[in-house]
Amino acid sequence: MGDTQITDAKKRYSAGVLKYRQMGYWMPDYQPKDSDILCLFRITPQGGVEPEEAAAAVAGESSTATWTVVWTDRLTACDSYRAKAYRVEPVPNNPGQYFAYVAYDLILFEEGSIANMTASLIGNVFSFKPLKAARLEDIRIPVAYVKTFKGPPTGLVVERERLDKFGRPLLGATTKPKLGLSGRNYGRVIYEGLKGGLDFMKDDENINSQPFMHWRDRFLYVMDAINKAQAVTGEVKGSYLNVTAGTMEAMYERAEFAKELGSIVVMVDLVIGWTAIQSMAEWCRRNDMLMHMHRAGHGTYTRQKNHGVSFRVIAKWLRLAGCDHLHAGTAVGKLEGDPLTVQGYYNVCRDAYTKTDLPRGLYFDMDWADTKKVMPVASGGIHAGQMHQLLDLFGDDAILQFGGGTIGHPQGVQAGAVANRVALEAMVKARNEGVDLLLEGPDVLRKAAQWCGPLKAALDTWGDVTFNYQSTDTSDYAVTPAVA
Amino acid sequence: MMNNPTGRLTQGQFSFLPDLTDEEIGKQIQYGLDKGYAWSVEYTDDPHPRNTYWEMFGMPMFDLKDAAGVLGEVRECRKAFPRHYVRLMAFDSTRGIESIAMSFIVNRPAEEPGFMLERQEVNGRSMRYTTRGYSAGKPELERY
Repeated sequence: MGDTQITDAKKRYSAGVLKYRQMGYWMPDYQPKDSDILCLFRITPQGGVEPEEAAAAVAGESSTATWTVVWTDRLTACDSYRAKAYRVEPVPNNPGQYFAYVAYDLILFEEGSIANMTASLIGNVFSFKPLKAARLEDIRIPVAYVKTFKGPPTGLVVERERLDKFGRPLLGATTKPKLGLSGRNYGRVIYEGLKGGLDFMKDDENINSQPFMHWRDRFLYVMDAINKAQAVTGEVKGSYLNVTAGTMEAMYERAEFAKELGSIVVMVDLVIGWTAIQSMAEWCRRNDMLMHMHRAGHGTYTRQKNHGVSFRVIAKWLRLAGCDHLHAGTAVGKLEGDPLTVQGYYNVCRDAYTKTDLPRGLYFDMDWADTKKVMPVASGGIHAGQMHQLLDLFGDDAILQFGGGTIGHPQGVQAGAVANRVALEAMVKARNEGVDLLLEGPDVLRKAAQWCGPLKAALDTWGDVTFNYQSTDTSDYAVTPAVA
Repeated sequence: MMNNPTGRLTQGQFSFLPDLTDEEIGKQIQYGLDKGYAWSVEYTDDPHPRNTYWEMFGMPMFDLKDAAGVLGEVRECRKAFPRHYVRLMAFDSTRGIESIAMSFIVNRPAEEPGFMLERQEVNGRSMRYTTRGYSAGKPELERY
């Protein structure tokens, strides 16, 4: 038996086992349609499995195939339902790994359902024995499908209008220690941070409702802190109230209470799952609420290059599912992230049209069809001394969150907030005046520190702190990709 | 004086920095013009954090491509309303943005008394909050 598609229907559908290529899941001549969903998988076939057969198997197992021929296929328009692997190429510098491009017809997916899309694309196929490993590297979602999703409840443009904050990144901090503070002590940190100049404070991902602090207690004290800070500064302030809970009913109850108390934002963790995320986004749209997404758990499947799902795919799904803020990495902080790869995530959050950009890990053009934009959040081990790098990497439309870098300030939380706000405003002003951030940024900080004691103390404490470790998730590309 | 580390209203892009000189304001205006934004001057004596609509000191200057001209409008506004808050706003008409791209204060009253937080106890431990400007009790144009 050959390796090509069997076109004679009688042979194709007689009982038994065929290669995936023979069943029609490998079509090197296929021209993807504008309305197709395109996926790029990085696959590591088992020894002896040819890359084209492995790619065909991925297409098969993520669409219509099962392990054996079934005659019931003939009751359907199965030719169009079969996903088509249409291109395979070796991953540069990674022997044994291949990039497999697969096209899916639009009919395979339910409108407005990330759960449905993911059940196909990252379902059974990731446990398939002939592959040692598989990773969904990138996805092109066609306009026709994009338009079935409502996207961010608010979007970063409208968020800025509501907050009355323009022309600079927003500033935040996560309340620390993340566990153990009573509601009353917790609110103290919120008040000091906001009064000191931050725009937002934040619950951490695992602050829900534990014995040391019931969620209602937290919400009440936090709202007192927010309103007080708003009055003493004259600025709109917020704090992401984490409504993550064990059931949808509990999440709705917490979100309703946050709304009653006048909060402008609620927060959920990625671990609540796609359907819960889309439900909470609906709730936020109905209630004029910003939705903050903490990507808790993503590292279990996004970090290793050979297996899982790239965060750029998760970010695309989350933008469609609907969140307003999304943690997308810092590049310079304590958590995993190669700078270019992280910029790729930021682009996915904010682009009107995403262009193919291999160094940033973007393998497809994708038209967002005016989907609202997500505000990316840089959080985790960053400090005021990195302000020039952060502004250079991410631009204005981002939230910079300094948790330890605010709360750990030697002169207190408020001083930590002042240091960050002064560093940010000084850097934005300098950039607009034409200063080269990477070259002269440290100088801008030093000059501001001459009149701002808290900034000087921050630079003295953390100025030299860096996290220079090799990134595990970098983009693999060749300047001219070799085609197998 | 307001009870925050700056002692004043912290709205806008540069409230934590020393007041920008007119030369520095000119550079920010030029940055916006280079990006294709239209500048607008607005003033108010009601700087409540949720007072969205400050008074327009004329229309946004869609066709003015000269930083000195925009700065001239700022000076005119300051002259007419020396004890008001005056801000510069830049509008970006790019599809998908169509909103404000920059905003910063370029004039303030000498005294900034700020806001009082009124609490109304409701439903158990819940609270209704109202932010009220200490100057807001007086009629417009007589505040500050």
